[in-house]
Amino acid sequence: MAAPARITLDRVKVGDALPELAVDVDPTTVVLGALASRDWRPMHHDKDFAQERNGTAHIFINTPHNAAYFERYITDWTGPTGRLGRIQFRMKDSVFPGDTMVFHGAVAGVGTDERGCGWIELALKLTVGDKTTTECTARVAVPTGKGDNPWKRKGDDWQP
Amino acid sequence: MKESKGAEMVDLPEQVVSWIGQRRYEIVGDFDVERGYVSTSCASVQNGNPLYWDEKVANELTDGWIAPPSMISVWFRPHAWAPDRTEQAQPLQVHFDLKEALDLPEAIMTDNTIVFREPVRMGDRLKTWQVLRSVSDPKTTKLGTGRFWVIDVEYQNPRGESVGTESYTGFGYRRGE
Repeated sequence: MAAPARITLDRVKVGDALPELAVDVDPTTVVLGALASRDWRPMHHDKDFAQERNGTAHIFINTPHNAAYFERYITDWTGPTGRLGRIQFRMKDSVFPGDTMVFHGAVAGVGTDERGCGWIELALKLTVGDKTTTECTARVAVPTGKGDNPWKRKGDDWQP
Repeated sequence: MKESKGAEMVDLPEQVVSWIGQRRYEIVGDFDVERGYVSTSCASVQNGNPLYWDEKVANELTDGWIAPPSMISVWFRPHAWAPDRTEQAQPLQVHFDLKEALDLPEAIMTDNTIVFREPVRMGDRLKTWQVLRSVSDPKTTKLGTGRFWVIDVEYQNPRGESVGTESYTGFGYRRGE
């Protein structure tokens, strides 16, 4: 596999779109994510429980799995030098087996903080068909140029 | 404060009010941060970030293996079973305390904000605690009638450094007719 690109701040501008990512969801997707995040609650693996107790259509993707997908989506784009500082998401609807999740994103802000750290603000969303199931914003640090590495920042030099 | 009465509750019970702002459930994780779980998590979302698969890249960028930041809560989720444990352990106990205290049998999470600080490293055993920040007035949504609440979860590494803060908004509810 080719090494992923390493985005630097000078190559990014407001309005840039991230490549879309589509993922077909089946029951294994949901259960795999629940177990990987050590979430044993039955609504993420027991369809009868999800329908009868939660009133949902099926088992559904859990919160940490949702976060892991957004992290993957962001760092697929930034490459390994991208360091997440903050992520916020609102789950408006659940994602069920049979759905195709599509991740979308755009650059909402680009700047450098007082410590010289380069930050990109991202506006992201997850859709299923015409429905937005999750809205997300993220703040990710990327190198300001060759030789910079946000992962080396500590203490006051890291302001997420 | 009046006593909670299920979906007809008006005010918050005194007990719930006393929890707001209080540091509760300080615990150390059951196990060390380890690569097996990192790989399992990355595989579950097909995350091919070389930081988590290629030691050379990990050494170059992060001075060794780290865990994906979004795994921060994974290190505290209790085992499904453990010897000598008589009650089911819950990963976000304040959330379940609220369900019980407010007599709201169902609950979902709606919003999640995570601030990431020091990277989480292999072999670390993290410490966490929970703080209830707020509880809303009664609300009715398509799921039912209940209340929203915000819980912060703080995470710290063995060196006393913050590795992150996670803020959850939950909605506890009683299903509508």
